[in-house]
Amino acid sequence: MIPLFVAIPLGAAFIIPLISKIREGSARWIAAGSALALLCLSVSSLWWVRKGVLVYSVGGWKPPFGICMVLDHLSVLMLLVINLIGFLVLLYSLDYIKKYTAPSLYYTLFSLLLAGLNGLAISGDLFNLFVFLEIASISSYALIAFGTEAEELEASFKYLVLGNVADLLILFAIGVLFGRASTLNMADLARSLQSISLTDPVLYAAALFIVGFGLKTALVPFHAWLPDAHPAAPAPMSAMLSGVVIKVVGVYALTRVIFSVIGITPLISSVLMFLGIVSMAAGVLLAIGQWDFKRLLAYHSISQIGYVVFGIGLGTPLGVAGGLFHLFNHSLFKSLLFLNSGAVEHATGTRDLRKLGGLCRTMPVTSATSLVASLSIAGVPPLCGFWSKLLIIMAAFQAGHTIGAVVCILTALVTLASFLKVQKFAFLRAAEGLCKGAREVPFFMLAGMVLLALLCIAAGVFFSPFLELVITPAAQVILEGRRYAGFVLGG
Amino acid sequence: MSLYALCFILFSIGLYCLLVKRNLVKKIIGLGIAEYAVNLFFILLGFKENAEAPIIDKYAATQNFVDPLPQALILTSIVIGLGVMAVMVAISVRIYEKYRTFDIREIRRLKG
Repeated sequence: MIPLFVAIPLGAAFIIPLISKIREGSARWIAAGSALALLCLSVSSLWWVRKGVLVYSVGGWKPPFGICMVLDHLSVLMLLVINLIGFLVLLYSLDYIKKYTAPSLYYTLFSLLLAGLNGLAISGDLFNLFVFLEIASISSYALIAFGTEAEELEASFKYLVLGNVADLLILFAIGVLFGRASTLNMADLARSLQSISLTDPVLYAAALFIVGFGLKTALVPFHAWLPDAHPAAPAPMSAMLSGVVIKVVGVYALTRVIFSVIGITPLISSVLMFLGIVSMAAGVLLAIGQWDFKRLLAYHSISQIGYVVFGIGLGTPLGVAGGLFHLFNHSLFKSLLFLNSGAVEHATGTRDLRKLGGLCRTMPVTSATSLVASLSIAGVPPLCGFWSKLLIIMAAFQAGHTIGAVVCILTALVTLASFLKVQKFAFLRAAEGLCKGAREVPFFMLAGMVLLALLCIAAGVFFSPFLELVITPAAQVILEGRRYAGFVLGG
Repeated sequence: MSLYALCFILFSIGLYCLLVKRNLVKKIIGLGIAEYAVNLFFILLGFKENAEAPIIDKYAATQNFVDPLPQALILTSIVIGLGVMAVMVAISVRIYEKYRTFDIREIRRLKG
């Protein structure tokens, strides 16, 4: 069953351009159907992994010789994030993408992106991880430039250059590890690196991985591309990029390589925490002065991903669980906010907050869902963002990182201020010329936003069973570190 | 060892070109150089002096052969590189159509 996570979207990406030559309209339904099937599969995979880690050997070649795909609790959490957000965003795109020419190409690239991300989440082989990372990256480069306007092309090229530097560094690091241990299977690599301890070449590889995946995650010294690339994409694609791509391609891959393969040390842990704290503070300070709705959200993505990396970098059970829970929550509310900004742009033709106003009367559903998302990201109880931030802050105090905890709290306050500004300017104040004639967006766009808002509330209210069922086992995988090898290879 | 050092210098030249040059086409060339350097690094990892090609032959079993794994990986990596290069070239052609220049100092409508 495991290869289906890659096979379904890859098949859909192959069929869509063929079918759309005959019947243009059917492309959207194939894409939506395959995304729904993936969502069902990833929910049911929660049950598959209950008895232990599942390993699939491609072509019957047993690991460590063949390529293998590994499904453990961390991968399941990632698959859940990818396919849940992927399906809801695709639902939203069914109406949104009509205004572009060649929508079937959009669905092809979107399916390819899902294939790349799913493959990344279940890959048990370092080189395969790189290949799927490239599939996901190439489709997101193309999707950012999808509008082919001047700004979009410029943003896409910027992302291409920095993304490629990241890919080269990652490939270089894989080469260093291969030269050290002569294997590329992650479990086998973890086992053979165990006896070496952190000698110099491995530490060099770890540094290359941190810079490479840090570029992909847009942690602060490496963040320059994100505020251009995310707003330039079509709104559903921005939701996907901010909600899913930077997490899977960046945070997940980094955690998998650092914790499960190389093994965490106090040095690496403090580097991760430092990057997290800097991203949190710098992202939110850059965000508060923005007037472009999507650019503001993009800066907040940097700041929120800082929370995730800080939580995981703490390395304590509470911190890792908080980081992973925040990763899940951020994918919900940030995609919802980007979909809201798309709806606002769809209705009024602008995303400059100074020109907007009074949309709470003309677009009640968009306004209500954006209120839910804004309160979630600002960490107002009982919505989902509150619990994960609380966990991270508690973990920071517990581990004795008072500075980190204080930065977390201050960042939450500034985030609240920044989203009150969004609510005031876009939705609450009196209507202005441009927004008088705004009409509510079509059905599928509303459906996507309402479902995400309901999930935000549900994840907040039922946080404790959710934490127990999904997040804690995933955090356990990270905490067990290099014992990953034993689960995959047996013994 | 000197081969690895040369390989690293090649990588640095490519990275320098990719990050510092102002012409989009030169940036793409820089990317190509850096990519070849990484590919070369992989091939060097599997290289042995005076070894043969890793082909299983029933009649003349070879004992001393180079590691075939990096070669297989690099074939994949070259194809991926081609894909990335194609996307990059396509986007820079479209950029030229919009801005009428390849100079990044004049391609800067995004800021903030």
